[in-house]
Amino acid sequence: MPSAPLLLSQAFNGLALGTLLALVASGLTIILGTLGVLNFAHGALFMLGAYAMYVVTAQTGSYFLGILVGAVFMLVVGVVLERGLVRLFYGRPHEDQILVTFGAGIVIVEAVRAIFGANTQSVPTPSWGQGIVQLGFLFYPTYRLELIGIVAALLFALYLILYRTSIGLVVRAGIEDARMVGILGINVRRAFLLVFAIGVVAAGVSGMLYAPIVSVEPDMGSSFLVEAFVVIVIGGLGSYPGAVLGGLIAGEIISITSAFNAAYSEVMLYAVMALLLVLRPQGLFGSEGRV
Amino acid sequence: MRARFWPEAAMVAVLLLAPLVLPRLGFSYDLLQRILDWGLIGLGFDLLFGATGLLSFGQAAFFGTGGFVAAYLLLHHVLSSVWLALALGTLAAGLFGLAVGWLAVRRIGIYFAMITLAFGQMAYFLENSPLAAYTGGENGLPGVPVPMLGSYKIAAGMPMYWALAVIFLAGFVLARRILHSPFGAVLRAIKGNTARTGMTGHSVPAYKLAVFVIAALYAGLAGGLLGVFQSYMPPEAFSLDTSGQLVVQTVIGGVGTLVGPLLGATIWLWLRDNLQQVPHIGALWKLILGLIFVALVVMLKRGIAGEIRWAFSRRRLASAEAGVPEEAGEAAVMPPEAAALPMQAPLVVARADAPALRAIGLSKFYGGLHAVEGVSFDVRTGSIHAVIGPNGAGKSTLFKMLTDEVSPTSGDVLLFGQRVTGLGPTHTAQLGIGKSNQLNQLFLDLTVTENLRIAALARARGTFRADLWRAADSIAPVERQVAAAMDTVGLTHRADVPVHVLPYGEKRRLEIGIALAIGPNVLLLDEPLAGMSPAERVATRALVREIGRTRTLVVVEHDMDAIFELAERITVLYEGRLLADGTPEEIQRNQAVQDAYLGGLHEHEPA
Repeated sequence: MPSAPLLLSQAFNGLALGTLLALVASGLTIILGTLGVLNFAHGALFMLGAYAMYVVTAQTGSYFLGILVGAVFMLVVGVVLERGLVRLFYGRPHEDQILVTFGAGIVIVEAVRAIFGANTQSVPTPSWGQGIVQLGFLFYPTYRLELIGIVAALLFALYLILYRTSIGLVVRAGIEDARMVGILGINVRRAFLLVFAIGVVAAGVSGMLYAPIVSVEPDMGSSFLVEAFVVIVIGGLGSYPGAVLGGLIAGEIISITSAFNAAYSEVMLYAVMALLLVLRPQGLFGSEGRV
Repeated sequence: MRARFWPEAAMVAVLLLAPLVLPRLGFSYDLLQRILDWGLIGLGFDLLFGATGLLSFGQAAFFGTGGFVAAYLLLHHVLSSVWLALALGTLAAGLFGLAVGWLAVRRIGIYFAMITLAFGQMAYFLENSPLAAYTGGENGLPGVPVPMLGSYKIAAGMPMYWALAVIFLAGFVLARRILHSPFGAVLRAIKGNTARTGMTGHSVPAYKLAVFVIAALYAGLAGGLLGVFQSYMPPEAFSLDTSGQLVVQTVIGGVGTLVGPLLGATIWLWLRDNLQQVPHIGALWKLILGLIFVALVVMLKRGIAGEIRWAFSRRRLASAEAGVPEEAGEAAVMPPEAAALPMQAPLVVARADAPALRAIGLSKFYGGLHAVEGVSFDVRTGSIHAVIGPNGAGKSTLFKMLTDEVSPTSGDVLLFGQRVTGLGPTHTAQLGIGKSNQLNQLFLDLTVTENLRIAALARARGTFRADLWRAADSIAPVERQVAAAMDTVGLTHRADVPVHVLPYGEKRRLEIGIALAIGPNVLLLDEPLAGMSPAERVATRALVREIGRTRTLVVVEHDMDAIFELAERITVLYEGRLLADGTPEEIQRNQAVQDAYLGGLHEHEPA
């Protein structure tokens, strides 16, 4: 049995990982919920965000400029992807949507590899994130601690957009019945474009924020993609609260398990998913019959 | 479907010629072996994705399982026979496939892809850490021995190529048999229209699970062979990239062609081996393949083998479609004088003492909306019974409860005294309730014959049967049933025409024909005349009367002339409740019906 301080610090690590997974998965789930498209390129877009951060910080040395320019860049990428590719697939079978976003993911990853090479890049931690903080029960890297707050603020901002604005109302109505929203005279296409772009920016910003603490390389996104899938299966497909809670649960499962036996930390996550599929197939916040 | 062996013969020729021709083009023996191995896992994957429409991103799990189980058994001297180890590895992959499939097949496209991907990744992590003591973790298992044939050692290089070629050929022959078996016909039906496949009486989850396990077995065998011919079992077999590479190769080579994955692997692996070393473009081959992949998916292209096959079949189709008019003319809509061929006897022996169908207090509530409330009526055996009512009266919901497509909130449906509520549409179809739908539910890419065969197969084979080896058209009673149903609905002249080119009226008749071909005791027709031209209506009314001679019919229809001409008894629904039930004369005289329904007809229903 691991000691209490170890468990406490692992629980804290789980919170840090969980908020990241929540942010990645929320981008995936709002696209899925509104557009009905499972975006297999989501992991590649996460990676693209990290590379955008790398390029801007390498040129300017400014963390904030990196986030700002990176977010604008991801917005453009999202708009181009939706207009140029994803839009053509709204009327086609799910399998085709999966194939085309999967292919787009390959193209993005290989294009990055062609430009930057396969080597690992690093992004510096910002000056205000240097050092270590004494939390009483554990020492924690300052930037990771700040990151929990930043991601929580972003998740809250996303919540405000989805639940407190009229565009959010359209998006949530679109999750229920996109056709009906169209019949009511609301421009669903524009809402779809916006949602897709927000989802892409969420993936990219996650990559940017985490670039200083992970190694940046072309294949870094694929493991996040799979974990984001697990998160939204746990939380319920297309549910924003489900993605946030699912992300936190997944983060804790991985971290707490590794306090007991690190070899099982990832496996346990999938075991929990399998169990949930048997006991509650629609996920924690999903509604029966949607899938 | 006459037996055609030219694909097998062509495959033999290709496998024989490949080692003579291809080495000049930069294909080493090692490369040829890897291509065959990817082709082998691809055969199973194409049955799963190409034939059945199930897109799995987790084939690596079974590829790796087969490989590591076989390699472990050999390296730890549990077994000395490589063949036996391969068999056990394949079996282990199949069992793993059964477990994953059980969780995955009940879910539709999006969920299926996610779950298979997630379990694929789980297998990767299992191999990498908790099971590292058995699998070597990141190092894999080196030193896997080569197989023996008697006292002859199948060494690397040319002998190993022939061994793989023979195994691939056997896998190819088997996959083609499966595709053209009754089992394969049901798989293709599931891809074409999953809901209708279930409604005709096939257990869709059982077929999906079976083909998932078959794909896992193919992957497991290919995984075992990978360790054998490389004398090393790499952990990358389990990686996400393995599953993804398989998907890309299959799409580039041609989905649903069986040889597509082999062709795709040829291109992928050749490019990798030969371009990797070239400066500047070495890293770009995968980017270019990715762009080609996206372009193929966007432009609905069929991949290499798919385009070739399509170019050939287009001529054949063009001649078959040549005689099909845009709109059915007068000649085409004439009903048969009488069904010349006898239909098979109904499934359940009709009992004269019980009504054919009895609804007892059927209700369906959607939250506060009472779609149907407390409806009871009997359908007398051998009669034509009509259900009428204005739009929104609950007719379609009632019909769906009769076949158990929709479970009633309360109440029961009895078929010859036997309770069918709660069995689901697949089992009610098996018990002898057939239904034609208000909106056509056809298998658009299949021919008229194949559409009817799907229904007749359900009757002959029950909810599930794994008859993988026989030909789909080799069951005599099924073919007789198909011919009889086709004759009854007057589509014999369209037997080999793909359904999507049929004019609307003929599609409508095929919709009835499919319900008829399951050999039902009680046939439910939901608005059989909907959308038909006046000439087609006359023909279809005659058809309904003809069918009613031999079995019990329940008809929902808005065409009052037709109803009062055909029906022996009429049930009237109004706002979800039973308003009246009686003979046409009684209904015509009924004041409540006149007030609520017939009187309101002109107000509510311009048609």
